Amino acid sequence: MTDLLSIRNMVAAALIAALALIPVYCNLSGNFFLLSLFTRIVILALAAVSLNLIMGFGGMVSFGHAAYVGIGGYAVGILAHEGVTSGLVQWPAALAVSALAALLIGALSLRTRGVYFIMITLAFAQMIYYVGVGLSRYGGDDGLTIYRRSQFGGLVDLSNKTVFYYLCLALLLATVYLVWRLVHSRFGMVIQGARSNERRMRAIGFPTFRYRLACFVIAGTICGLAGVLLANHSDFVSPANMHWTRSGDLIVMAVLGGMGSVLGPLFGAVAFLVFEELLPVLLDLVARPFVGHPILGKYAAHAGEYWQIVFGPLLLLVVLYARGGIDGMLASLRRA
Amino acid sequence: MLLLIEQCLNGLQLGLLLFLLAAGLTLVFGIMDLVNLAHGSLYMVGAYFAATFTALTGSFVAGAVLALGATLLVGMAVEVIAMRRLYGRDHLDHVLGTFGLILFFNELVRLFWGPEGRTVSLPAWLNTAVQILPGMYYPTYRIAIIAVTLAVALFLYLVVMRTRVGMLIRAGASNREMVGALGINIKLLYTLVFGIGAALAGLAGLMQAPILTVSIGMGENILILAFVVIIIGGIGSIRGAFIASVFVGLVDTVGRAFLPELFKLVMSPAAASAAAPAVSSMLIYLLMAIVLVLRPEGLFPAPGR
Repeated sequence: MTDLLSIRNMVAAALIAALALIPVYCNLSGNFFLLSLFTRIVILALAAVSLNLIMGFGGMVSFGHAAYVGIGGYAVGILAHEGVTSGLVQWPAALAVSALAALLIGALSLRTRGVYFIMITLAFAQMIYYVGVGLSRYGGDDGLTIYRRSQFGGLVDLSNKTVFYYLCLALLLATVYLVWRLVHSRFGMVIQGARSNERRMRAIGFPTFRYRLACFVIAGTICGLAGVLLANHSDFVSPANMHWTRSGDLIVMAVLGGMGSVLGPLFGAVAFLVFEELLPVLLDLVARPFVGHPILGKYAAHAGEYWQIVFGPLLLLVVLYARGGIDGMLASLRRA
Repeated sequence: MLLLIEQCLNGLQLGLLLFLLAAGLTLVFGIMDLVNLAHGSLYMVGAYFAATFTALTGSFVAGAVLALGATLLVGMAVEVIAMRRLYGRDHLDHVLGTFGLILFFNELVRLFWGPEGRTVSLPAWLNTAVQILPGMYYPTYRIAIIAVTLAVALFLYLVVMRTRVGMLIRAGASNREMVGALGINIKLLYTLVFGIGAALAGLAGLMQAPILTVSIGMGENILILAFVVIIIGGIGSIRGAFIASVFVGLVDTVGRAFLPELFKLVMSPAAASAAAPAVSSMLIYLLMAIVLVLRPEGLFPAPGR
């Protein structure tokens, strides 16, 4: 902690600098796919940071975190559909609904522990998923197209890709700072204490349930914000955003990046989505010599499509051999 | 009234299929303390094997038997290669590692069998209907599913409660270290239990194959249902899994069939037909949430946990 120039901090600083420079590169090269990809990375990093707050620091493994992405997104989508396009109404409403949902889900779920907690959060997320499917007025299963991004009275123009990216990045960095302050505050100490030994925390007089619930609500609200941004980014919301595998993706990002630190999920989100884009390309390259092969040829021609065959076991290896995730690896580099 | 009976039979059949999945899941959970999200993948693999072997042998029964054996082997291989290394880890590690396995199996199946789904056709003698009540016919195959699953459940009960292996399984569930200390080859026991769980999941998958289209990701939704079952039933309890799976199967099926009618009594038809499907999909999750809020350990928590 005292070593400000550790490799881990340098890499984090380099990553943030690179994220800040992405739009410059994209505008110069005209590669707007990259800008769109990184906007998604930044937004999902925001969601992963919020999940890490409860999972990494609070020990509350929520397997239904994608629900808040959906709630935030649907709040924007439904309001836009009903003609309310002002972001000044949409955004606070989305955050309020996310917070309320987290309050209800948390109040019930936090009565359970361990696997039961994982499963009850999953159950609530499934319920919200089916609410989304049942909203036939708002597209039901097919989702809802948002024709106009949130309006801020000419103050910021969200349809400008560069402006939108910087807004997302600024919100992400602000959130990381907020979570960092939170984790190192008295509140954060109670949360972490309750993770290691809840009974002891209660014995010394902390109402741990209330602390954990507050933490759960904060995380849900931040994730709702990620949903608001994602809806604005893709101009679309659908129940697919809330599918349980999306919650799984968020867990993967948080763990891949390293749960022990506030910035870990940021590393994880970047690594996850970059993998998703790069692994197919890489596999295609490796398989190219086999394209004409009589037996392997038909697989080699589409090798990139099967990237998850590599990605799945990779996850298993991370779990087995790289427990601290990327952040843990960076931290151990300093000692070596 | 006839409709109600038919829906109850359908619910029973779904519940018993769920039991096949849940039994393996709860055994693995109770004994190895492992959260196995990839259990649904074994269900899918069983269904694909059944499709292939049925096409190869030309007989559904022969195909099913071969598929069962193949799924057992796949399950034991997965245990030896991957799962074994996850025992004793955090539940979060299990979730993540087996989530990786789901991705792996989905793509592997796409590689071998291609992206399009498969259908399995039934032999003529199963593809009929039986008159079970005056004026009420019910498909023979569904009755066969109910009979087979009930037989498997009974067999499982006898094995677990009346045999030496079953005794070891129960002993392993309540105190692993002690069983190992008594000189039992615990590794072999674990591989066996995982293999049996996989075979049960495969059995559920191959029996569903003629009813549903065999497709990639088919295991994922039913896996979540199986988790709901073992959570409601209490982790590690076969009896709990049995009662909960029949209960969940009935609630889900009967809810889907009758909720729209029920809603129409209190709402406009348009609102009812919009709300009912969503609410009936949510019903079992609601049930699980209620059970967990009232009894955070499930209805029948296994002793010694």
